[in-house]
Amino acid sequence: MSEFFAMGGYANYVWPAFGITAIVLMVNLLAARRQLRQTRERLQLRLVRQSGKRVNT
Amino acid sequence: MWTWFFQLASPPHFYRMAGSLVPWLLWPALLLIVIGSWGGLVQAPADYQQGDGYRIIYVHVPSSYLSMMVYVTMAVAAGIGLIWRIKLAHAVAASCAPIGATFTAAALVTGMLWGKPMWGTYWQWEPRLTSELILLFLYFGYMSLRSAFNDLNQSDRASAVLALAGVVNVPIIHFSVLWWAGLHQGPSISKIDAPSIAFDMLWPLLVMILGFTLFFLGVLAMRVRGEVLEREFHSRWAQDVLRGASPMEAG
Repeated sequence: MSEFFAMGGYANYVWPAFGITAIVLMVNLLAARRQLRQTRERLQLRLVRQSGKRVNT
Repeated sequence: MWTWFFQLASPPHFYRMAGSLVPWLLWPALLLIVIGSWGGLVQAPADYQQGDGYRIIYVHVPSSYLSMMVYVTMAVAAGIGLIWRIKLAHAVAASCAPIGATFTAAALVTGMLWGKPMWGTYWQWEPRLTSELILLFLYFGYMSLRSAFNDLNQSDRASAVLALAGVVNVPIIHFSVLWWAGLHQGPSISKIDAPSIAFDMLWPLLVMILGFTLFFLGVLAMRVRGEVLEREFHSRWAQDVLRGASPMEAG
């Protein structure tokens, strides 16, 4: 098992490469979810404000 | 076929369809990436020259491939939006940029981590590396140009021109290793007739590439949904979705 993690002496290069790629995948997923959710929330707020104005006038 | 195409291009249909498609893209993507990583890290034999160091290929090549494929997708979508004035196409182009930029960064960093033990340097201003760095700047330029306009139409059109102009860089990246002598090695799998790589090493790479592609499509679908909703804010269907008063909300 430790032989596997040693990666034949290349551990310092192989694992960071895989780690960074995993982070990039994760960031993409979270950023896309966040963007969709924030857009929805922002537009919902705008919609409420608009209909609120219409009622007042 | 054409009815299907026009239905897809209609924003409410796209919004609903993309929503139901996302889990069918992202879960298989996760599965393929896990299988591919296991294949690449455990199953594949060590390389006779590079030992276990070559295993970086299993993250470097899929990232590099996506960095270019996403750019081409972005440029084609921008071109369609520019010529036929299809709003959905502009929404796709705009959504590609942040995804493409992150995978270009991943390609550069994993490449540097591979370059250090094999070439003895993280960075060299050689053709492949330089043109890939230019790709990253093209993505940045595209995104900052988009944000420079207040008017969405202007932003779409100006950024589309930049995306199309920058597409010449993609074949330069691809062929740079053949046209100029640099440090970067030549292609290993694109020589269809005789791939210069053993099957044990090849299959995890292909699985990773497929997984990354599905992942991109899933994330793209999520982002385009947000873009479409924003662009269609004044339409009835979008407001129904936002009120949660419609089955469109699914997903």
